[in-house]
Amino acid sequence: MNLLNVTIDGIKVQVPEGTSVLDAAKLANVDIPTLCYLKDINEIGACRMCLVDVGGRALQAACVYPCSEGLKVITNSPKIRDIRKATLELILSHHDRSCLTCIRNQNCELQALADKLNVRDIPFDGAPKGLPIDNISKSIVRDNNKCVLCRRCTSICNNIQTVGAINVMERGYETVVSTTDHRSIADVNCVNCGQCINVCPVGAIYEKDNTQAVWDAIKDPDKYVVIQTAPSVRAGIGEEFGYPIGTPVTGKMVGAIKKMGFDKVFDTDTAADLTIMEEGTELLTRIKTGGKLPLITSCSPGWIKFCEHEFPEFLDNLSTCKSPQQMFGALIKSYYAEKNNIDPSKIFVVAVMPCTAKKFESDREEMFNDVDVSITSRELARMIREAGIDFRSVEEAQFDNPLGEATGAGVIFGATGGVMEAALRTVYYILEGKRINEEALMPIRGTEGIKEATLKVAGMDVNVCAASGLGNARKVLNMVKNGEKNYHFIEIMACPGGCVNGGGQPIVPASIRNKIDIRAERAKALYSEDKRATYRNSDENPFIQKFYKEYAGEPGSHKAHELLHTHYQKREKHLKNK
Amino acid sequence: MKSLTELKAIKQKVTEVPDYKIVVGMATCGIAAGANPVFKELKRIADEKKLSNVDIQITGCIGICRLEPIVEVYTAKGERYTYVKVDAEKAQDIIQKHIIEGKPCTDYLICDDGEACIKNIQETKSFKKQIRIALRNCGNINPENIDEYIKNDGYFALGKVLTEMKPAEVIQLLLDSGLRGRGGAGFPTGLKWKFAAAAQNEQKYVCCNADEGDPGAFMDRSVLEGDPHSILEAMAIAGYAIGSDQGFIYVRAEYPVAVKRLNLAIKQAKEYGLLGNNIFGTDFSFDIELRLGAGAFVCGEETALMTSIEGKRGEPRPRPPFPANKGLFGKPTILNNVETFANIPVIINKGADWFNKIGTEKSKGTKVFAVGGKINNTGLIEIPMGMTLREVIYEIGGGIPNGKAFKAAQTGGPSGGCIPAEHLDVAIDYDNLIAIGSMMGSGGLIVMDEDNCMVDIAHFFLGFTVDESCGKCPPCRIGTHRMLEMLEKITAGKGEDKDIEKLERLAYSIKEAALCGLGQTAPNPVLSTLRYFKDEYKAHIYQKTCPAGVCKNLLSYNIDAEKCIGCGLCARNCPANAITGVVKSPYTIDKDKCIKCGVCMEKCKFGAIYKK
Repeated sequence: MNLLNVTIDGIKVQVPEGTSVLDAAKLANVDIPTLCYLKDINEIGACRMCLVDVGGRALQAACVYPCSEGLKVITNSPKIRDIRKATLELILSHHDRSCLTCIRNQNCELQALADKLNVRDIPFDGAPKGLPIDNISKSIVRDNNKCVLCRRCTSICNNIQTVGAINVMERGYETVVSTTDHRSIADVNCVNCGQCINVCPVGAIYEKDNTQAVWDAIKDPDKYVVIQTAPSVRAGIGEEFGYPIGTPVTGKMVGAIKKMGFDKVFDTDTAADLTIMEEGTELLTRIKTGGKLPLITSCSPGWIKFCEHEFPEFLDNLSTCKSPQQMFGALIKSYYAEKNNIDPSKIFVVAVMPCTAKKFESDREEMFNDVDVSITSRELARMIREAGIDFRSVEEAQFDNPLGEATGAGVIFGATGGVMEAALRTVYYILEGKRINEEALMPIRGTEGIKEATLKVAGMDVNVCAASGLGNARKVLNMVKNGEKNYHFIEIMACPGGCVNGGGQPIVPASIRNKIDIRAERAKALYSEDKRATYRNSDENPFIQKFYKEYAGEPGSHKAHELLHTHYQKREKHLKNK
Repeated sequence: MKSLTELKAIKQKVTEVPDYKIVVGMATCGIAAGANPVFKELKRIADEKKLSNVDIQITGCIGICRLEPIVEVYTAKGERYTYVKVDAEKAQDIIQKHIIEGKPCTDYLICDDGEACIKNIQETKSFKKQIRIALRNCGNINPENIDEYIKNDGYFALGKVLTEMKPAEVIQLLLDSGLRGRGGAGFPTGLKWKFAAAAQNEQKYVCCNADEGDPGAFMDRSVLEGDPHSILEAMAIAGYAIGSDQGFIYVRAEYPVAVKRLNLAIKQAKEYGLLGNNIFGTDFSFDIELRLGAGAFVCGEETALMTSIEGKRGEPRPRPPFPANKGLFGKPTILNNVETFANIPVIINKGADWFNKIGTEKSKGTKVFAVGGKINNTGLIEIPMGMTLREVIYEIGGGIPNGKAFKAAQTGGPSGGCIPAEHLDVAIDYDNLIAIGSMMGSGGLIVMDEDNCMVDIAHFFLGFTVDESCGKCPPCRIGTHRMLEMLEKITAGKGEDKDIEKLERLAYSIKEAALCGLGQTAPNPVLSTLRYFKDEYKAHIYQKTCPAGVCKNLLSYNIDAEKCIGCGLCARNCPANAITGVVKSPYTIDKDKCIKCGVCMEKCKFGAIYKK
């Protein structure tokens, strides 16, 4: 590859052709402020914070300006500083600056930038925007008064997820991020994946906060409050308390939750194991009986809603299994209640998920309120702080039993390819009578958006695929539709990288996202837990074995179906006119 | 069309020359002024009187808006008569007296600034000072008839290029001609083509920017409506030069007549094989499609225009990559403005040297201006580069109405700046206009007189860009709005010390930081009025007065006690009951009640009421 010699503020660096000035500056350890830029997701040069002098007639946006041989860049001059500052003052003049009560207080890229550029005055202040807050959706709240129109959310929604629920509308000073006919996000084809939240630099998009409902339930002496935490929560929540990205903090997390007043602290991973038993059986049955293939996983509620809007022709391919969150709720309010003589109507199930779509899922009528409240990793962190619990010094603790027992297979649900791997571990065992050589599963590990493998199982070639990110899901489904690909089993996760990068996970600022792959780091935490686990296959989970023996009979039984399976509904792809 | 010989045959085809050819100017301006009923009436009477020796045709705009509808009569002897402000009644007279009786209706003929009427437009002073290259066919040929274009050398440049020249030679000829883009920035056209020709790609595109959007500008519309084939021909030439087989014309949907005539022209050109496959029997093929703009000014910016053609929200994108390498659909693309294209066939036919002799050292050829505002001869003119603003305003434009004093002229539309009286003798070309803080722009020229408030003018132009900002970058989206708020404050009499400095800082920041040309030039009207008329700003801010008497909030109406005879007419007409007094002694105005409507001043027969 051709190397180019460029000079950034007098520092010489060599960069490959195609490198932006921003990336070259990083090599020279020169810090250029950015706001709209988000690597690989939003590279549009819109916010003008990264303007630099490249010797031409106009200042250029470093994030999109390509290096050329001999390029000399000045990133720091009185003129550049003043122009950046004036631009930031303008942005602030059109921003609801109620920082103290903002959901992103102290975790706001705009706030950080204002401090960094030493803005102490808004000389061109304007009238408040006075725009309505859209809080009708079960999952997502949008507050355009805070929006700085960086377009990261619209980029990820349109280009990465290919959902297209939100886009830039109107023009000039009236420009807003909005939906078809300016409807509520609840009334359009939004799948609630929450990726927009994760990329928002400010508090313009955030999860519907349900923490008060949880506190209220805990306060209520009549309620038996059970909490479950999803695999990815433990891989991410540490970041909220200053741990490096990818630090597994299961023990600390359980310890902290136990101080909050729940009656039981359980592990969603147990339900993940149950999902594998049901879904694995479903796969085997479909293959044996000539059922609808490929079978497609159904754990990701963002993906489910996407399928319902965009690919209703694949609804019969979806596994009928409920997601682990919902299996857990159903289990608690039936089997667990019965065994422990608790009135199911008094049980209040709280789920902690890395996910905003789980809020919508728990509210679906097909789910019978088995989960009362679903909160995100961020909300749990907020509750822990609110309760005055010092997370870092909390003594590590273990999940309560019996629903605290889980296998490594359940843990890796949080990473793309994890559900597939967990299912194959068990399916292979059922058919072959021995454990699979893990090497065979390596092609479906990693953060690649689309991963494929062909496995020899019981003399048959089983073609599998794992896709994460809905844009990749669209690609895969189109290939299946066109007959280009012939899979038996597909895992689809709505969020790029899977649940570890879910829309409910701690928000990582662009300054870090632009440097490291948070998906890979968090996934590592899960695979390390898997490696350490006593049991690594869902079929080995003692609780699951007991559950079938005592209650449901066998995977796929009538009772199991009644409790653990669901159905889907076709939704409009193109919204009808109001 | 298989060869040049075929084209020549069409040109030379002898058609029977009628005794009289009557043409009606039917561009949008003519139609708006009432050309349709005139045309119908002429036809009706000609039919009724069974006049077989008369041919009645339509044509484009000749450029004198204030005199529309215009009907011209050409005799077999080669005489030309220009009738102005024609209505159905005058049309009857023209047929009866001129055609049937052979006596021209001298009363309806065009006059030269209050002098005796003369025969035709070409003899007017203002026309004699012009050189018509881009507008050569406007108002002269029937734009809906391809044969008329061919008879005026149409498509011969394309024929010459395809059969006699290599692509590189075409580009060299353009480079030699010195033609610069007429859309505003003045980039050398040949250079633009050279870059696109050098780009390696199977697919390239030629785009025509017909999204004319400056307030008061209608140069491109006139060409599209009056001479659409010249654009098609030039685009095909561009296609050959850069190696493209597909062109797009991005034309604003608010130009329905232009759209109709372009569509018709494309159809006719295809029927003649002048567009399509193997043009002139060569292996060059070229097709053109229209794309209609939906009324966004920013879509005149090249990258926004291409984004819009791609079917996306019309917003600019950063350059580089430049369109010559990565333009429409990511392919090498050239984009030229209508007027630029209109020049090209003539340059090819007459040569670079011929073109080179017109204009100034760095600005060759002519420029079309749409002249409007406080000027007698509003309309469309085409002048050689280098003419002074004084010549344009006083000789071609006929000066300022009502004997008022010239104050400034705005060129370059909302992106340009104002030129004050001290620069009336600057020769108009790209570089001179930039040097005095304005720009050539696409050709809008708005004249202001002593009654215009320059702060108000800056407010007007800035208001336009604020409305038209796409909203992508904060400097333009928020910055221009903040500037507008400040101007509103100043014109409302609420200006404060340091407002001028704030305005200047903001203006320079926006100029430097905005993403595209629209934003980068948006502060220009403010900067140029600040440059030449800072005293007016200061008067608004510090003295709380509007020297031109425009800004309502800074005005007060007063009664001169010496002139007032106490008739009470003003008080009876005041809608706010703000005037009181006793008959036969001077009246007074209660300033708290006065709504500054000016009715009293209009009604007073003694000039006793004045505003200050």
